[in-house]
Amino acid sequence: MTLTATFATARRVALQLRHDPRTVVMLVAVPSLLLALLRYVYDSPAVFAQLAPALLGVFPFVLMFLVTSITTLRERTSGTLERLMTTPIAKLDLLAGYAIAFGVVAIVQVMIAVLVSVSLGLDVGGTLGWLLLVAAADALLGVALGLLASAFARTEFQAIQFMPLVVFPQLLLCGLFQPRSQMATVLQWASDVMPVSYAVDALQRVARNGHVSGDYTRDLVVVGCCVVAGLALAAATLRRQTP
Amino acid sequence: MTNYVVEATSLSIVRGSAQVLRGLDLTVSEGVITGLLGPSGSGKTTLMRAIVGLQAVRDGRILVLGRNAGTASLRSDVAYAPQGTSVYPDLSVVENVGYFARCVHAKEEDVDRVLSQVELTPYADRLARSLSGGQRSRVSLAIALLGSPRLLVLDEPTVGLDPVLREQLWRLFAELAEDGVTLLVSSHVMDEAERCDDLLLLRDGKLLTQESPTSLKERTSTVSLDAAFLSLVSTGSESS
Repeated sequence: MTLTATFATARRVALQLRHDPRTVVMLVAVPSLLLALLRYVYDSPAVFAQLAPALLGVFPFVLMFLVTSITTLRERTSGTLERLMTTPIAKLDLLAGYAIAFGVVAIVQVMIAVLVSVSLGLDVGGTLGWLLLVAAADALLGVALGLLASAFARTEFQAIQFMPLVVFPQLLLCGLFQPRSQMATVLQWASDVMPVSYAVDALQRVARNGHVSGDYTRDLVVVGCCVVAGLALAAATLRRQTP
Repeated sequence: MTNYVVEATSLSIVRGSAQVLRGLDLTVSEGVITGLLGPSGSGKTTLMRAIVGLQAVRDGRILVLGRNAGTASLRSDVAYAPQGTSVYPDLSVVENVGYFARCVHAKEEDVDRVLSQVELTPYADRLARSLSGGQRSRVSLAIALLGSPRLLVLDEPTVGLDPVLREQLWRLFAELAEDGVTLLVSSHVMDEAERCDDLLLLRDGKLLTQESPTSLKERTSTVSLDAAFLSLVSTGSESS
């Protein structure tokens, strides 16, 4: 792995985004728009304050998963990936480059979403930074899982289908709709092995308690480990040679 | 004595249920242009992908610069321009070439050199998406010229180019060969074969012959390479 190739890749992905301003605007604005919509659907600051922290993790996760899996799939189908595999670039350079570029976008996205949520009545007290940290980790989780999912998709149709398959179960079971402790035991187990559950837990914890606890740190570490594991698995599925 | 940059021995490749290459024995000599000719579907791309290490070799062996094809250290010595245009459509010409330059550890000024070699300097800031097919394939060729590869593997680099540009590219290939670079260039157009020093004729995954254009025409008592190819195919089917 070399820093030159990693940052060259991050820069290249950023340049590609720069030539596609519509995507950038949507990436940055859509989570905030959805949060604003939610605020007025319930028309109750109390309900919004309860739901918003979880959604701050969920929206960036979903969007980054989609964007990353499509972008990498395009790289696979256009032949540029194959070409890169004949150069000295390491597989991890490529994946880390993607993670850095999309990670930066995700952080901007989350920052704006948090600011919008605060202006809509979410009281984060002194925990703004910690909220941002989990939300950004969650967005990176979307990047890592998107990179991994793209390895199993041959076409863009298939890549889109991975969203209901990989993302929706995590949304249903992460504690957003029903507290995890009130789910049937089997569903709790399923929820326990899904990384988004930990991100949502951490977000709800820090928003509720107003301070960082040991549980928060544990949740954050779990999400971080899943990001690293996702990237490592994605690197393993990236083949230099066709059999 | 000729040095061989590529040496394949009893190379067979099966992909899925299809036998793509059938027991090839061939060599590519140093510092010359070797043409890989054959109809589409004859296995040209598979052979090239095996040489650059993208296709796993299980049956037989390929040595490139004395090392097994696919060896990591070969990635800085061998450059490959795949068929079609494997460039980023949403990047400009210079951004495309610049990115690959960093990937192959080429110097920054190399970007200008390769762009002028393929006559794309005036188009440097155009998005690859907005270029014509021929221009895009020259971007792809420019990327292969980055750094100082000892072996250039070019899959149909002149498809869709007008005769003037094609002439210029073949002159560039000849200059590179004079500088000691080894070139393996595929084409399905026989008139391009005339410009090669050595020819590999492939059909149905089998090597019909490896020889120079002059010797091929003499041996088959034909005047054109197209006729020579036909003559080889018909004698091949008589003997089998």
